[in-house]
Amino acid sequence: MLTITDLKKSFQEPGGERLPILDVRSFHLDPGEQVALVGRSGSGKTTLLHIIAGISTPDSGKVVVDGRDITRLPEPLRDRVRAEKIGYVFQTFNLLPGFTALENVMLGMSFTQGKKDEPRARNLLERVGLAHRLKHKPTTLSVGEQQRVAVARSLANRPKLLLADEPTASVDAKHQQQIIDLIRSTCREDGVSLLLVTHASEIASQFDRVDHLEDFNTQEANAR
Amino acid sequence: MNLFTIAWRSIQQRALASALTGFSMALGVALVVAVLVVHNVVADSFQRNAGLGYDIIVGAKGGKLQLVLNTVYHLSTPVENIPYSLLKEFTEGQYKPYVTKAIPYCLGDQYEGQRVVATVADFLGETEYARGRRYEFASGRNFTPDGDFEGVVGALAAHRTGLKVGDTFSPTHGVRDDGQGHKHEPFKVVGILAPSGTPNDRAIFVNIEGFYLQANHAKPVEEAKDHHDAPKTEGMKHDHDHDDHEHEHEHERLPENQRELTAILLQTSTPAAGILLPNKINEGPIAQAVLPIREIRGLFDVIVEPIQMLLLALTVLIVIVSGIGIMVSIYNSMNDRRREIAVMRALGARRSTVMSIVLIESIVLSMAGGVSGWLLGHGMIALMSPMIADRTGVSLGLAPFVAWELALIPGLVLLATLAGYLPALTAYRTDVARALVASP
Repeated sequence: MLTITDLKKSFQEPGGERLPILDVRSFHLDPGEQVALVGRSGSGKTTLLHIIAGISTPDSGKVVVDGRDITRLPEPLRDRVRAEKIGYVFQTFNLLPGFTALENVMLGMSFTQGKKDEPRARNLLERVGLAHRLKHKPTTLSVGEQQRVAVARSLANRPKLLLADEPTASVDAKHQQQIIDLIRSTCREDGVSLLLVTHASEIASQFDRVDHLEDFNTQEANAR
Repeated sequence: MNLFTIAWRSIQQRALASALTGFSMALGVALVVAVLVVHNVVADSFQRNAGLGYDIIVGAKGGKLQLVLNTVYHLSTPVENIPYSLLKEFTEGQYKPYVTKAIPYCLGDQYEGQRVVATVADFLGETEYARGRRYEFASGRNFTPDGDFEGVVGALAAHRTGLKVGDTFSPTHGVRDDGQGHKHEPFKVVGILAPSGTPNDRAIFVNIEGFYLQANHAKPVEEAKDHHDAPKTEGMKHDHDHDDHEHEHEHERLPENQRELTAILLQTSTPAAGILLPNKINEGPIAQAVLPIREIRGLFDVIVEPIQMLLLALTVLIVIVSGIGIMVSIYNSMNDRRREIAVMRALGARRSTVMSIVLIESIVLSMAGGVSGWLLGHGMIALMSPMIADRTGVSLGLAPFVAWELALIPGLVLLATLAGYLPALTAYRTDVARALVASP
């Protein structure tokens, strides 16, 4: 499902010099596999997810998603791959405040060429336990409910790969486990590969496979 | 969910700012509509009514435009008089081959602020004041050649004065209702004109024979004797005892050598006569002949059109400023919306898609403001209509539509696209990765 080879990414510093962030020789994720990616703050976890999602481009290397190297695709095609094959759960939910829960879930469908499937959006919200909150706007939802809407939105376009960036970081302890269970179960049910970034060891420990970014990010290893 | 819905949600989210920018656009468009419509309707009416069915107006030498304004539009003050004998030149004399109709016309009186026009019955008779349109009577009839003290009231004048068929009224000497002129003998209202959309709706028409018999309307006898050109027609004894006339007294009509006219309205026999006749009259010392359509067109070309263009330019500037207001409003919101745009991009929206959403937002705001402004403009016109009718005699009606208004739609879309371009470009250039990691 996901193969990363010789990926390098650096950022330009104010002084003009380039600061290396990522140097990943190899990373692989099978279809339906669930992996927890652990790394310290500032280690480049989010940057890696952005590159996988086609939001950022690497300096070099290959990122193959469902058989297509997205680093070689022009931006409009990367957008299309992201819309149709990749789901994204943000740390801060990033629901659009002017839209209801149902509209937030349907928003992602607006950017694909496929059918705008409202029954599916309703079904997803039912699965995350929000059937009674369809018409509510984010400001009227609890933090846990907001993240559940975000999870439903990430699955709206039937993605093959779900990227979750610290999905419980903004959720209180009471709801953290619910969110993790929800993400894992829905991915399992839909056969979606999951790459979940976290710095919480208690969450990572629930996964069969836990990768530490510093183990395969040479740049991070060098920094240590 | 389509892009329009997404744009509309954004507008709703900033309801107050959106409403204010839309309102400023509405005001601009309302002014454009008002200027366009009022100018077009007034200009059209002025030019359509310029002759009231007559090709040439003959009057005393002096201001040509003034002659047209006070004769046709009942505006301005009347010019000097011309001798009655000149009328004979058109009906019997040297100019007869050039004209098919010559109507005598006297001004100088008013009744409750409405101009009184003394003329002959034929003026309101078979004459077409516009192609295929003749004066019609809402009630009563036209005054008769023998009904010396009969009058007909224009529709608007009747409304203002409350005169109705059977009433009598005494015109006051002088065209201004300043309470200084003396009252004349009463005339009897025999007809009320139906609205014609011409300035004559504001006038009261009386038989010229009765007019001549009023105080100060006869030329002094000594002056009349000195006027050797005037034919010495005897005054005729006139009896008012026919069936539909209530005046039972007898009076003598004013001798022609004591008569004067404010103007003579002419219908020419051929188009060539319309060119030759004015030249011949203007070469003489007594009178001038003017072509009313030419004078009114000249007035519009020299004065009204430039003012109209200036007004239009100012109102268009207001619309442009409103467009800039929309741009500023959306552009200022872009900072807050950077994260939303980044989220949409992260969900798969292309750069062109988020750009389109912002442009649609700008177009929706402009069009909503434009449509509101269009309605507001026509509402303003409806409110102003009585005032304009009062001042000019031109009825604007409830919703006159000018073809130029159609240009507002593509114009507004173009303006909105230009106004939305800068914020749309900002959306297009949003750095998704940076916006996503920035603090919400």
